[in-house]
Amino acid sequence: MSAKLEALSQKMQDRFGDKIASSKLALGELTVEVAAADYREFMQALRDEPEFSFEELIDLCGVDYSTWGDGAWQGKRFAAVVHLLSIAHNVRLRVRVYADSDEFPAVDSVTALWTSANWFEREAFDLYGIAFVGHEDLRRILTDYGFIGHPFRKDFPISGHVEMRYDPDQGRVIYQPVTIEPRENTPRIVREDTYGDPSHG
Amino acid sequence: MADIRNYTLNFGPQHPAAHGVLRLVLEMDGEVVQRADPHIGLLHRATEKLAETRTWVQSVPYMDRLDYVSTMCNEHAYCLGVEKLLQIEVPERGKYIRTMFDEVTRILNHLLWIGCHALDVGAMTMALYTFREREDLMDAYEAVCGARLHAAYYRPGGVYRDLPDRMPQYRESTWTSAKKAKDLNDNRSGSLLDFLEDFTERFPKYHAEYHTLLTDNRIWKQRLVNVGIVSPERAMQLGFTGAMLRGSGIAWDLRKKQPYAAYDKVDFDVPVGVSGDSYDRYLVRMEEMLQSNRIIKQCIAWLRANPGPVITDNHKVAPPDRESMKSNMEELIHHFKLFTEGIHVPPGEAYAAIEHPKGEFGIYFISDGANKPYRMKIRAPGFAHLAAMDEMANGHMLADVVTIIGSQDVVFGEIDR
Repeated sequence: MSAKLEALSQKMQDRFGDKIASSKLALGELTVEVAAADYREFMQALRDEPEFSFEELIDLCGVDYSTWGDGAWQGKRFAAVVHLLSIAHNVRLRVRVYADSDEFPAVDSVTALWTSANWFEREAFDLYGIAFVGHEDLRRILTDYGFIGHPFRKDFPISGHVEMRYDPDQGRVIYQPVTIEPRENTPRIVREDTYGDPSHG
Repeated sequence: MADIRNYTLNFGPQHPAAHGVLRLVLEMDGEVVQRADPHIGLLHRATEKLAETRTWVQSVPYMDRLDYVSTMCNEHAYCLGVEKLLQIEVPERGKYIRTMFDEVTRILNHLLWIGCHALDVGAMTMALYTFREREDLMDAYEAVCGARLHAAYYRPGGVYRDLPDRMPQYRESTWTSAKKAKDLNDNRSGSLLDFLEDFTERFPKYHAEYHTLLTDNRIWKQRLVNVGIVSPERAMQLGFTGAMLRGSGIAWDLRKKQPYAAYDKVDFDVPVGVSGDSYDRYLVRMEEMLQSNRIIKQCIAWLRANPGPVITDNHKVAPPDRESMKSNMEELIHHFKLFTEGIHVPPGEAYAAIEHPKGEFGIYFISDGANKPYRMKIRAPGFAHLAAMDEMANGHMLADVVTIIGSQDVVFGEIDR
């Protein structure tokens, strides 16, 4: 598998040159990063050119890197990660594109290339607030009608901001600020690099 | 004739044929669907966000709540992802147990699917038949992990424990006479493997009954043939995987193409459809059940002959056994650290996908080296399939929408996550 990926990585270097911001082969998976400006064109080539022919977009998701490694993150905050599959070559590829702006993240849409991107982009927009430029129907998909905020951002609390209950006085369902206390049983710990190394002992 | 013929119809979210909480907003021209707009998210529990606040092992039971009719397969993808990041190997016996239970799960899933699908289309008897067989397989689930649905049996590094030597027994009660209990316990007298072997012997006969009931049934064919046709090109565009892709004529099965667990060591065939309609998808899934049966038989034979460990002996990942914990200081520390803090996974990212009964089920992890995932994304097959609802239902009658939902085999636990 990895020989196949090395060949693919080389082919991509030859074809796209310095348009590829970074290319990394790890754990038997190839990850490439491209700038937001080149993203649409890059994806088009990956789909249409026979040496790549990634016919299927398997997954697209948003990522919020703001608290990565407890503040060790230096780069841009939001990224869209795409998993592509080539049925003809039996190979997978991961493409990551960072949104240029942290305040108003936006990335080009690939719905015109792969129909399956439609709902995945709606989901990334709903949960992370990443706008996909050129998407024809960018509505919320998973959250409630009238939901405020983007719940998977790292600054959105796990218990949310509002809760819903039936109010007997008004005779209807109302929203009110959450009444539960946030609770963390097992704290999140990032250890030094060598800690808990499975190959050790 | 009235001037306005188009109208909007609300289907669900509480509808027996919607397979859960699906709200479909249908724009109709008379009885013909012009546009289908599925509204999902009514079962959204933010599993991915919850996983960010739980340790790597604590999220395993959440996987059961995704696609709640094929629970062990969900866990499998999750464990494969963690194992990939940790770069640890699962013992051979653990791999075979996973393979066997993945196939048990596939039969369980397809039995529920064919039962409900037939029920939606109007064949009541199927549900009664398939739930009879599901009962046996859920007993196997119960024997191995103590739960009939939400198993939590797989663990990063292997499976939680070895297969049991005895099956749970029926007891005489107000509802079960002594004789009936004895009859029911007849094939439960041996080990779990004996019980499953007995099932694999019986299953082809049951399977033939389903064929008799449906395959040449005139009503069944009228409702399924040429309904929801998807061409191979469109199937790839729409992100189809699993039986949906194979129904359209593309021979793509991750168990063959990108083998995991012990699938490269067992023998099975991959059925492929021709026309890409609901009837072909039905035939593909029916044949898959027989192939699963074949795989289970091979796994049983291997597991009988090859005892051994079922979970990794790396105690930074899997807990040590109680006995060594009580005599060995280091094992005690391992146990304590593992259950208070959890596994530490090296920074990096990994995507692990399996051939789930419904299609490609993938888990994408981003780790920053903490005892919890930084980001987990669940790639649910049903999500992509349901997204194609608009295209598949377009131009069909209202009643065909029910057939298409059934043939997509959607479960809202995984779509809404």
